[in-house]
Amino acid sequence: MLRVAILLAGVTLFLSPARAQDFDALLPGLAGGFAQQAETVERLGALGDPRAIPLLQALADARLLRLADGRIAPQEGATPAEGATVIRINNRVRVALRGALGRLQLVSPDPAERLRAADAILRNRSAEDIPLLEAALTRESRADIRARMELALGGARLASPDAAAKRAGIAALGASASPEARNLLLAARAANAELLPEIEAAVAAIDRRLQMRRAAETFFQGLSLGSVLLLAALGLAVTFGVMGVINMAHGEFVMIGAYVTVVVQEVCRDIPALQPYSLPLAIPAAFLVTAAIGAAMERGLIRHLYGRPLETLLLTFGVGMVLQQIVRLVFGAQNREVISPDWMMGTLILPGGIAITQNRAWIILFSIAVLLATLAAIRLTRFGLEMRAVVQNRRIAATMGIRTGRVDAMTFAFGSGIAGLAGVALSQIDNVSPNLGTGYIIDSFMVVVFGGVGSLAGTLIGAFTLGLVSKVLEPYAGVVLAKVFLLVGIMLFIQRRPKGLFALKGRAADQ
Amino acid sequence: MSKTLPPISRRALLAAPMAGALAAPAIGQTAPIRVGVLHSLSGTMAISETALRDTALMMIEWQNARGGLLGRRLEAVVVDPASNWPLFAEKARELLAVSRVDVTFGCWTSVSRKSVLPVFEELNGLLFYPVQYEGEEESRNIFYTGAAPNQQAIPAVEYLLGPDGGEAKRIALLGTDYVYPRTTNRILRGFLNSKGITNADIMEEYTPFGHSDWQGIVARVKRFASEGKKTAIVSTINGDANVPFYRELGNQGIKAEDIPSVAFSVGEEELAGIDTRPLVGHLAAWNYFMSVQSPANTEFLTMWRNYIRNPRRVTNDPMEATLIGFKMWAQAVAAARTTNVDAVRTALYGQKVAAPSGYEVEMFRNHHLSKPVMIGEIQADGQFNIVSKTPTAIPAENWSQFIPENANRRR
Repeated sequence: MLRVAILLAGVTLFLSPARAQDFDALLPGLAGGFAQQAETVERLGALGDPRAIPLLQALADARLLRLADGRIAPQEGATPAEGATVIRINNRVRVALRGALGRLQLVSPDPAERLRAADAILRNRSAEDIPLLEAALTRESRADIRARMELALGGARLASPDAAAKRAGIAALGASASPEARNLLLAARAANAELLPEIEAAVAAIDRRLQMRRAAETFFQGLSLGSVLLLAALGLAVTFGVMGVINMAHGEFVMIGAYVTVVVQEVCRDIPALQPYSLPLAIPAAFLVTAAIGAAMERGLIRHLYGRPLETLLLTFGVGMVLQQIVRLVFGAQNREVISPDWMMGTLILPGGIAITQNRAWIILFSIAVLLATLAAIRLTRFGLEMRAVVQNRRIAATMGIRTGRVDAMTFAFGSGIAGLAGVALSQIDNVSPNLGTGYIIDSFMVVVFGGVGSLAGTLIGAFTLGLVSKVLEPYAGVVLAKVFLLVGIMLFIQRRPKGLFALKGRAADQ
Repeated sequence: MSKTLPPISRRALLAAPMAGALAAPAIGQTAPIRVGVLHSLSGTMAISETALRDTALMMIEWQNARGGLLGRRLEAVVVDPASNWPLFAEKARELLAVSRVDVTFGCWTSVSRKSVLPVFEELNGLLFYPVQYEGEEESRNIFYTGAAPNQQAIPAVEYLLGPDGGEAKRIALLGTDYVYPRTTNRILRGFLNSKGITNADIMEEYTPFGHSDWQGIVARVKRFASEGKKTAIVSTINGDANVPFYRELGNQGIKAEDIPSVAFSVGEEELAGIDTRPLVGHLAAWNYFMSVQSPANTEFLTMWRNYIRNPRRVTNDPMEATLIGFKMWAQAVAAARTTNVDAVRTALYGQKVAAPSGYEVEMFRNHHLSKPVMIGEIQADGQFNIVSKTPTAIPAENWSQFIPENANRRR
């Protein structure tokens, strides 16, 4: 193949004067049609001339210009020079660029570039890469990059005609947990009948590791969904579970929490010093705003309806619609954009290659923190003590000097504030729109009822159980059917255990 | 009637009644022509449909600035069906029976169009539907100015299978759970089977409107793609569920070089709400992109930005289709010299408009337009880099040849 020939020529002619001519002769091809561009990029990569790196990088970033005089140069400054046009590429050229940059960047001083280079070579591997990779491996000191380079070397060796090299390649690939390595091995089966047992063993080893990883990833997805459910349901566990108020406006408190996040971010945008902290700042703000609305609602409306659950349900449903419409009038019906800070974007690779997305990982941690804070507030503070006393026996608590009306207002405000916290978290993974809350209200009630009304431990276990079960079901049944199965399952469960997972025992349970 | 658009501003509009008074003394004296606008301004589809309401209002303003139609002023009647499908039918009935509109521009999702169709047929109304859809429909009361499957979905998938699209051998069909994605995917499955891609290499998943938890599905697509064959995603996801979907693609590090995705319902307007840097190279198929270089498009852009008073607002394909529909209707009314639905319908056949896409499009007797097909790659600035377009406008096949039941239908 042309590429092989050129590359061999490139290696042997390293530092020869002929190379400079080749380099200059190839450049105009970068501005040709997509097919010609791709071929030129491959040749430049094979040439091994470091001068090509900035040009190819610029081409990949849509910063390479064809100047008015026909020369090709990377763009300097923010806008293209006078009379210059940006050279456009498509995915085919992008694939070629990745391979070429990979070869050229393997010796880069930047570790991230070397890592990318190793991955790129694995994807576009060929036997010509073996000497390049071997040379790079002797110099490489970082273990993670070495591992990736060895994988790439394994792939390159598998592509070589020599049987011993192939065997070494198969062993290297089989030691990994990479689906790419597995595909390389499977693709190599037909051409290497004599190495079949080795290949099969290597594939089986990879499969075992992949299966473990998949199970871990499903578990993480379940935890993540569970943490979202937990956040949405925690506030309800306080207002519904502890106070017995069926609060249909709970979803709207979540939505308001998300809008507070948007407002805080917009305020912080103008103050550069605060910008990186806009999300942490939104947490207390959302809590206070929703708690204030909750307290006003309890004092103004709900307290007149204690002991009349049907009226409370209708009232809170109406309040929810009013809140939704107010937000729609103030902020508009369109979704609002929330900026995710850098530390919440991208994927975290845990040991064993388990990939988890950063924003979901943060939300899991946040939900646990909110749960612990709620538990602490109920168990350890004076307010928590009074709250428990009022729930257990309102009249005796009143005779002890507890102002029960104030405790009711604080409890409802507390539950609403937690809903606001959920809104901060949800703004990072869902669309911030006036309808945000309606999607979560059913799920929240489901979690609280399933877990056992009045039990925070039940809410925790309930949320994570539902999250895990729905993620395990999803691959088999699809998103829509998984939800149906889940609801049917809960209905059957509630038939058998009407009080949920953790039923309250003792006197409080009889009220 | 001239087919060029003069860029107009609010100030020009203030002067318009005077100009109109000179051109057509009767304007304002006879009853106005009423134009219904039936787009969701709230709910999950508001992200896409609000701009179409603004486009329709802009075109009405533009026509009034040119002296109205038949010497009569145009008056907009805007209603909000709130992404609620049964409410679409109620609002349509209200427009036709109470407001007595002469024409309606509206709907985005197929489920909303299916919901209003019987109302328009019963009351003999006239609806211009501006969005690409699944075909399999032809109503005498609806004109479809968006693409049929052979003008969007099939050429886009053909591109993915070709050398420039990465020669995909496996396809993941992801969609929102309603009639458009399900029918389109049925057609695409037939098409893929005819290209030798078996059902084992096709994955199909549906999610509800407004779905936000994409981690499982994206992880499954990743796994599906890691089984050794080049994989591509064909997305018929509609509405604001696209935002978390693309965010998840970005977060899980799926690059367009590895698994390209082509979307049929994501345009410039939808991308305006997302950080597009991780999405560079993912594709969309439409019949118009804002980045098209043509005089008609420059006029369209100037007109839109003057109207909306925001120099950064974007245009997209359904907006262009709304503009084409409006101009064709205006031309047909002028030719028929009445707004009577039956007369306008006959006058519409064969109407031609120089579209912002840079092509001349024509209304055929099957109520569909001929349209060019364009494929664009998402760029870091939220615009599309057009990587493929057809040399001419293609007539619509609204009854797909890839659905077996259509075998005996005349085409």
